[in-house]
Order: sequence, then C-alpha cells, then structure tokens
Amino acid sequence: MSALRLEDVTLGYDRHPAVHHLDGAVAPGALLAVVGPNGAGKSTLLKGLVGAIEPIGGRIDRGALGPRDIAYLPQAAELDRSFPIDVFDLVATGLWRRTGLFGGVGRADRERVAEAIAGVGLTGFERRAIGTLSGGQLQRALFARLLLQDASVILLDEPFAAIDAKTVEDLLALVARWHSERRTVIAVLHDMDMVRRAFPETLLLARRAVAWGPTAEALKPERLLEARAMTEAFDDAAPFCSANAA
Amino acid sequence: MTLYDALVGPFAEFAFMRRALVGSLALSLGAAPIGVFLMLRRMSLTGDAMAHAILPGAAVGFLVAGLSLPAMTLGGLVAGVSVALLTGLVARTTVLKEDAALASFYLLSLALGVTLVSLKGSNVDLLHVLFGSVLALDDQAMLLLAGVASVTLVALALIYRPLVLECVDPGFLRSVSRAGGPVHFIFLGLVVLNLVAGFQALGTLLAVGVMMLPAAAARFWSNALTPMFAVAILVASLASVAGLLVSYHFDLPTGPAIILSAGVLYLVSVAVGWSGGVLWRLAPPRHHRAA
Repeated sequence: MSALRLEDVTLGYDRHPAVHHLDGAVAPGALLAVVGPNGAGKSTLLKGLVGAIEPIGGRIDRGALGPRDIAYLPQAAELDRSFPIDVFDLVATGLWRRTGLFGGVGRADRERVAEAIAGVGLTGFERRAIGTLSGGQLQRALFARLLLQDASVILLDEPFAAIDAKTVEDLLALVARWHSERRTVIAVLHDMDMVRRAFPETLLLARRAVAWGPTAEALKPERLLEARAMTEAFDDAAPFCSANAA
Repeated sequence: MTLYDALVGPFAEFAFMRRALVGSLALSLGAAPIGVFLMLRRMSLTGDAMAHAILPGAAVGFLVAGLSLPAMTLGGLVAGVSVALLTGLVARTTVLKEDAALASFYLLSLALGVTLVSLKGSNVDLLHVLFGSVLALDDQAMLLLAGVASVTLVALALIYRPLVLECVDPGFLRSVSRAGGPVHFIFLGLVVLNLVAGFQALGTLLAVGVMMLPAAAARFWSNALTPMFAVAILVASLASVAGLLVSYHFDLPTGPAIILSAGVLYLVSVAVGWSGGVLWRLAPPRHHRAA
C-alpha cells in the first residue's frame, strides 16, 4: 500500500492559499487527526487529498491509489435531504467501486448493504426516507456507505460535529476498526480530548503545518498557542510568497 | 349524450383526434419523468427558460425553410443545446451560478432570434410555434414525438444512477466518478429534446406545462422516486385525454386545454394528495404511541 505524500503543497482559492508549503507523508495504516482553528485549511487539505481541488503549487503523490481507493466524507455533506431516497439506496451507493455506472446490484450486494446498515446500528431504517432521519442517524448511514466503499484511505471532515454522544462513541469504534484493518484514516476534529484519546498522530494546522507527529507532541500548549495566533481573514495586500515567486 | 359519445366517440370517429391522442401520450411518457428530475433538482424554471431559448431557433428554421418540421426541430435543437452548453460552461468555470448563467444566455438567444426574424422582414406567424397544433400532427411529427419519447426513456435509464446521485449527493459523486458533468449535460439535452418535440404538438411555451405540472402534482402523492415517475406520467396522460376531449366538446384551443387539465390535476393534488397535501395538514394532528 502506498503512502500519501505531500511535497511543498499549497492549496487555496483564487490565489489565496488556505494551506501552504505542506511537506510530509501519511504512512499506510496511519490514524491521523487534523486539528486547528477555523479557517486553518483543514477541509481544504482534505479536498486536496481526495483530488476535489488541484494544488496551486507543489504536488500530492498518491502512489498507486486510484480515486476509488480514497473514500471521503465531506463536512455535513452537500446532501439534499429533501430528495426522495431511502437509507438502503443511499448506503448502496457505496458499492460504486464495484458497480460503477451500470453494474447491477445482486443479492450478495444487497446482503452487504444490509450488513453495513446493521454495522452502524440502523437496522429497521432501511426504507426510511433520508429526510426523516436525525443528524446522528444520517451520519450513521453515511458511515455505513463508507463501510461499503471498502477504501484503503478514508478521509473524514468533522464527522462528529453536532452528533450525540452515543453515536460518536459507536462511530469512533468503526474508526478504530478501520485502523485495526490497516486502513489509513485522516479525520478533521475539534475535540482535543478525543484526539488525545483515540488518534496516535496529529497534524496541527494553521494555514501551515504548526506541528505534525505523535499526538502528545503536536498538541503541546505552546504549539496550540502558536496555531491560535493565525489570522483568519484574507489579506489582499499580502505580498506574494517568496518561495514560489521565482 | 352518452358516456361513449363523450369519452370515446371523438377518438373513434376522427383520425386527427387519434393522432393527437397518441402524440400527446408519447410526449407525456418522456416529458413527465424529465419534469420530476427538474423539480427535484430545484430547476423547475429551467424548462421555461429553455423553452424561450429554443423559440428563436425554431423561428429561424421557419424563416429559412418555411413550415418544415425538420428545419424547425433542428433550429430549436441547435439553439437549446447551445444555450445549455454555454450555461454549463459559465456555471462550472466562473463565479456565476447556473440560474444566473442560464437567464443571461436564454435572454440573449431570445433577443437574437427576434432580431433575426425582424431582419428578414417577413411577417412570420409565430403563433404556430408558440401554441402548436396538436390536432394537425402529420406522420413526421408523430415519428418525432415517439422517437423523442423512446430516446428519453432509454437515456434516462442509462444515466439514472449518476443522475440521482448528482441530485442527492453531488459531492459523493465527484469523489467516485467523473460522470457528473457529462450526465448533467445529457440531462439538459433531454430537456431540450422534449421541449423541441413538444412545440410541434403544444407549442414551445405550453410544452413546459406537460413537463412541470404533472411532476409538481406527483410530489403530493409519494415520497419515493419510482412511484413519483408513475404518477407524473399518469397525470400527464390523463391531462392529455381530458384536454383533447374538453377541447373537442367545447371548441377550445387544444394546447391550453391540455395544460389547464394538468393544472386542475395539480390543484387537486395540492389539496388532497396524501403526501403533504393541504387537506391532511388541516386534519387534527395524531401520532403513534411510540416511535
């Protein structure tokens, strides 16, 4: 399995970097938390890793990983909850890697979908429209889809925001299971206690990597203070970065 | 007047009524499911804008070749597809959202068309294009309507999975496939195709009615996608039959009669549809003892 390697990566919008000059590698099987203040570029980094946006500078080396090997759960998903689709069908879209555009969904597939739904504790909800689910239940359904995607790299953007404690506990157990299966999991998180408890590695981000390494090291108070000093607003008068001016 | 005279007689007696029936049923079959997708994607007004975009193309076809179905169809298709492509291009590569881009381009298309028509200095009877002539469908028009319905249903079946996913969770579709963009264009192409087919029968503007009214009505009868398609097609077909009969018995223009029938079915659905109809909201709220 290949590592995700970042070489002097700069990601951003409209020439304003959200994250710049990021160097490092995520080893296969790593369980990495990405933390940092609002506007630090955490979501942007994930979008870059999954390939939803192209780096302004540097490059992201995904090795042999194809797009279908990387599963991505965006923040609060751009999901249209009023769309008439039920839990089973939504979860079943996780089979995409196998079915593609036209492949059929057979009995074995339906069993796998049912298994994934059971795995997140949503049995009995199969035919419920997604619009009738609570936030926690919907997040469970999206995790069931991740289970089906069977990807070797899983990117989670604030997966536990505004989710009840019981659901967080259950979903965190799934994350631990993925880790034990040697999958790479990268999660954007806000709860420092959870990070310290469950994530061996941490990237502390504030437009740049303030710290990247073992969680205990990365989350030292002086590091957190340094990250908090980051300015959030775009500065149009800011000079262009000298590293890529050449 | 017996029931037979009222409901079956006109069709049994007159070939033009049978042709009108088959033509409008074919249109219902393709346009109604398209309408359901437009509604679910909050693009209900896109059909209307597209109808305006097609109009000048059809008019130019009319100017060049007279009342020729192939020329007007081709003109409408070219105008519609150009507007769809330009809209998509601007929406996907600039800050402008799809609705604003579409509004800009359909207005351009419309103005350009009207200018072209006036340059020719010909006194074109655009009423035909605007309001169609469902009672004068020739073989060519019938084939066009049936062909478009077939192409639409087959194409929808082929792009169904990514199209649904593009509606529900576009972010997820982007992460697993690059089909989102092409599928969206194919879908817009189908919208244009159905409007072009519809203008021969109902006229450009009314063709939107058979697309959107049944779809909007269907929303009040089901919370699931498949039944929604069925209800939309059923409503469109019922409206076609009812409209033709009303138009025959009361000597009313056929296109508007069909759309008005669809409108009545829509209003009934808003009132009593069991999935969100107004009537059920007025009923005293009840709930189960347990979840």
